[in-house]
Amino acid sequence: MTTPVLQARGLTKRYGHVTALDGADFDLFPGEILAVIGDNGAGKSTLIKALSGALIPDEGEIQLDGKPVKFHGPSDARKQGIETVYQDLAVAPAMSIAENLFLGREIRRSGILGNLFGLLDKKKMLAETISHMKDLQIGIRSMKQAVETLSGGQRQGVAVARSAAFARHVVIMDEPTAALGVKESNMVLDLIRRVRDKGLPVILISHNMPHVFDIADRIHIARLGKRACVVDPKKISMSDTVAVMTGAKRPDELPPDYLA
Amino acid sequence: MATDSTTTAKSANGSVFENFPPLAAFGPFIALLLACAFFASQSDRFLSGQNFSLILQQVMVVGVIAIGQTLIILTAGIDLSCGMIMALGSIVMTKLAVDLGLNPYLAIACGLLVCIIFGYINGALITFVKLPPFIVTLGTLNIAFAISQIYSEAQTVSDLPEALLFFGNTFKIGQTAITYGVVLMLALYLITWFILRETAPGRHLYALGNNAEATRLMGINTRRQLITVYTLAGLIYGIAGLLLVARTGVGDPNAGQTDNLDSITAVVLGGTSLFGGRGMILGTLVGAMIVGVFRNGLTLMGVQSVYQILITGILVILAVTTDQLSRRKG
Repeated sequence: MTTPVLQARGLTKRYGHVTALDGADFDLFPGEILAVIGDNGAGKSTLIKALSGALIPDEGEIQLDGKPVKFHGPSDARKQGIETVYQDLAVAPAMSIAENLFLGREIRRSGILGNLFGLLDKKKMLAETISHMKDLQIGIRSMKQAVETLSGGQRQGVAVARSAAFARHVVIMDEPTAALGVKESNMVLDLIRRVRDKGLPVILISHNMPHVFDIADRIHIARLGKRACVVDPKKISMSDTVAVMTGAKRPDELPPDYLA
Repeated sequence: MATDSTTTAKSANGSVFENFPPLAAFGPFIALLLACAFFASQSDRFLSGQNFSLILQQVMVVGVIAIGQTLIILTAGIDLSCGMIMALGSIVMTKLAVDLGLNPYLAIACGLLVCIIFGYINGALITFVKLPPFIVTLGTLNIAFAISQIYSEAQTVSDLPEALLFFGNTFKIGQTAITYGVVLMLALYLITWFILRETAPGRHLYALGNNAEATRLMGINTRRQLITVYTLAGLIYGIAGLLLVARTGVGDPNAGQTDNLDSITAVVLGGTSLFGGRGMILGTLVGAMIVGVFRNGLTLMGVQSVYQILITGILVILAVTTDQLSRRKG
């Protein structure tokens, strides 16, 4: 059995009387796209926030590559090689693609110019941006053009490329297609596959069942603050999945080979 | 996103023009050239080194304030208190040096320090209490004005030591006398231009104005950024205060009353967006020069000063309209 890249056991988070997470478990294996779905209030977003360091769970343990980790903020998770792509296109529109890719992680010139005065090595950043975008087959003519000149799908492509460039362990994508049209969504889904094929496991949070079934290797169904079950999209039907998600069907009513 | 990946280094560099949003970048400069051409055709005295040196001296104080104003507007903020902070700084410098007989350099340092503190207060209220910059700086405008009046007893401070007047001294290039203050202003513009363009803190400032939330999510300390910008602007207003003292030869508690709007005018004419994240610092210098050239040229033509204000107002509205229209297109 392979060690999960990212694993959580018994994650609990309470807000006053409300229990958002009630002992949730989580496993992400190498090289897979794991979709996380759930009704509103199922604890899906709380789970993802705990995994990306955006909140600190009250109880439970998170392991990265088999080692326990504690995140005190999103930058902690990022330092550990977990990158998050947000749905609302977290880019600076008037800045260039290269600048957005390296925002907050700029390459500085070597020596005193870079260390003391923060002088940037723009050439190197441009060259690396070109190679990262080429890696993911994002065909944008110039990396110096402002992000606002791109389509929504291309902008999300920049955000995905940024995460893929810096993630060493996991890429988390929070509704990456929510703001996009059909054609643009398909581009981003292709991109997510390429990220996985590069060897980075992807956690995909999505409400869009066709997208989830199109792309996921396994589907984690969150319900009532717990993990209801993990299903195999190649075997289970979309309607059975929705039935489990909404509580119309119990996971133990499913045929065992539906589970993954 | 085409699936072919023919992104070569050559095509990625693209054309020269895509680094510059065409109208926003060259518009102010073209406007300045047109204004110069017009006034040169109207007055023989306009196109002389001496006259241009005079224009530079006239825009020097507002020009320096406008550097601070540009940094703040790039964060999508605004500073109404700049002129009053400058006036307070100049009063502190001159009073300490004249009344207390303090070492003039120490007096200058104290004046700068007061401006830095006011800038910090602006920044802290905006960042931590999350008050709108417009309101905060409207408040500190009045506070700084009142303190200047109380401390100076509404009296002009004169008989200043030489050290406070240094930046009013001139040196000659050929026939033209240039003040050290103008040189300092130009140097400050070049330094700011370089920092904004070539360093990480400079680029982060644009990112903050563009998308503050995205900047924060990328692990940049946006609170520290904001406070630093307002504090730095305070220091810049203090330097403007020193230049004002050197130019006028007195500490004047009534100075700087229109410098907030004048500096915003320069920033806007220079093509910087009031919504933050877009603009160039050298554009602000061009913007300040446009106002200076119009005032100077109209004076040479014998036009009354009220009409100069009228034309400045029209220019500002034109500049903001251009900014809006060019955005809507994109």
